[in-house]
Amino acid sequence: MHAVEDLDVEIADGEFFSMLGPSGSGKTTVLRMLAGFERPTRGSILLGDHDATGLPPHRRDVNTVFQDYAIFPHMDVLTNVEYGLRVKRVDRRQRRRRAEEALAAVRLEGYGRRRPTQHSGGQRQRVALARALVNRPKVLLLDEPLGALDLKLRREMQLELKQIQRDVGITFVFVTHDQEEALSMSDRVAVFREGRVEQVATPVELYERPASSFVAGFVGTSNRIGGRAAQQLLGTAGEYAVRPERLRIVPAGASVAPGELTMPGKVREVVYLGPAAHAIVELNGGSTLTVSRPNTGGASEPPLEASDRLVAVALHRDSLIELSGGTEKTEEKP
Amino acid sequence: MNAPLIIDRRLKAVLRGLTGLVLLVVYVPLVLVVVNSFNVDRTFTWPPPSLTLHWWNVAAHSTGARHALLVSVEVALLATAIALVLGTSAGLALRRTRFFGRNVVSLLIILPIALPGIVTGIALNNAFRTMLGLELGFLTIVVAHATFCIVTVFNNVQARIQRLGPSLEQASADLGAGPFTTFRLVTFPMLRSALLAGGLLAFGLSFDEIVVTTFTAGPQEQTLPIWIFQNLFRPNQAPVVNVVAAVLVLISAVPIYLAQRLSGDVVSGGAAGAH
Repeated sequence: MHAVEDLDVEIADGEFFSMLGPSGSGKTTVLRMLAGFERPTRGSILLGDHDATGLPPHRRDVNTVFQDYAIFPHMDVLTNVEYGLRVKRVDRRQRRRRAEEALAAVRLEGYGRRRPTQHSGGQRQRVALARALVNRPKVLLLDEPLGALDLKLRREMQLELKQIQRDVGITFVFVTHDQEEALSMSDRVAVFREGRVEQVATPVELYERPASSFVAGFVGTSNRIGGRAAQQLLGTAGEYAVRPERLRIVPAGASVAPGELTMPGKVREVVYLGPAAHAIVELNGGSTLTVSRPNTGGASEPPLEASDRLVAVALHRDSLIELSGGTEKTEEKP
Repeated sequence: MNAPLIIDRRLKAVLRGLTGLVLLVVYVPLVLVVVNSFNVDRTFTWPPPSLTLHWWNVAAHSTGARHALLVSVEVALLATAIALVLGTSAGLALRRTRFFGRNVVSLLIILPIALPGIVTGIALNNAFRTMLGLELGFLTIVVAHATFCIVTVFNNVQARIQRLGPSLEQASADLGAGPFTTFRLVTFPMLRSALLAGGLLAFGLSFDEIVVTTFTAGPQEQTLPIWIFQNLFRPNQAPVVNVVAAVLVLISAVPIYLAQRLSGDVVSGGAAGAH
């Protein structure tokens, strides 16, 4: 039993690459192997053209932003940031200048003489980032660095991280369990599940063409139609996923556009989310679908409410995503 | 951090009374020793007929007491130094590596502080004399004291390392520092206050140890506690003993106070990410 099974991924220079997966899926183990804290039982890790597999952490040209930031509490911010240069014996003047630059890059100018304990979570996160970036590593590893921040700050830092990454042009390998975070920041995302990579793709591909039912369920929300339900509703065998925003609720028996098909059912529940509302529709036959309706403010649409009135869910055939690995059980996220 | 407990008012009064009683029982006799060091009367009648500095003067010129004090300080310093080196190494080894029997080793290191002094004393006495063929003296006292002084350092170091977690050292390695540099720049500074606290406790333990010392000291070497014990029942020396005891009370308060201050100085930020 391995924490991570065979893994073959090539990450491009300057790429923002995310490893996404639920906890225990092996993504952090891969990150720690890249950093040198764990050793793969077989295979190798190439950094550029160099084999880095057996190198201890302090000999690797990669740096890490730790989940708990691991900022040295007995040093002030500037001393923290220049630590990497200090142990590499860069002379004092130069390392001070580069540390100041790194602090400026993360928008912490003038914070150098403060103690890290005086800082908020967001600032500590920036200090950790500056401390890693100052070494100009080939690759920067980030282990759920935004996990400890509150939601609003996290959104801000997502944007900022992306921007910093573009500015410095360093390859970022980013570990997260937050699919939205992975989608919004990355050039490519690897989806992990139980020590295996399910799919490596751009955010668009991941969302539009998930390779497995697990990816379809983990990245974004999706309805799964498979087995008997597929036969019944779609008239074909196989496993399909469809995004809630691709479904419409129409009056029962309404005529629809060519290529669209309708499935009769009843609205069982409505979840108001602000920008959209989700309706849980129970189809005749027992299965349920989540339908998302954007909040456009239009008065023309009938109000959504749970009732025993028969309605229909309309779906264009092109919106169906055919899944491989159909036997796997997936939780649908409402 | 600590929210004040809400306690019933009557319970509060009872607790207050108990605390006062305990403190009285402990400190009244100590105050008595200090007062008696100024007592004119050799047999310590109470209340003292009048006060004098005479005994302090005699004590200051007592070569026996001064020599014993010197021996005690030297023994305590050396035993503490040994304990610091070995206790730190043991603490690091046991917290930073996993090996078969780790818990047993940990227990074996801590055990000497719980063993009755008389057992340790007899055992060491035997081993030193018969097995190793050593002559009892200064060095044997130091080694004997080191066996239990290690424990305080070891415990402090171990607790600190556990609280810090591995991530600071990993961050240091990640930033390019080899194991030795990491120890110098990160591990040791983080341990410093734990070492001081452990070292002060070790010094205190060694300084007033009498049982083990009795069995491991040769006939020529006298530590201060032994000197006191031997002079306590000599009528001429008893007042001087009081003076020495009074001085010891004052001196021993210092390391304990410092140790308490230092172990209270919390190294935050290392493990706690969210603040």
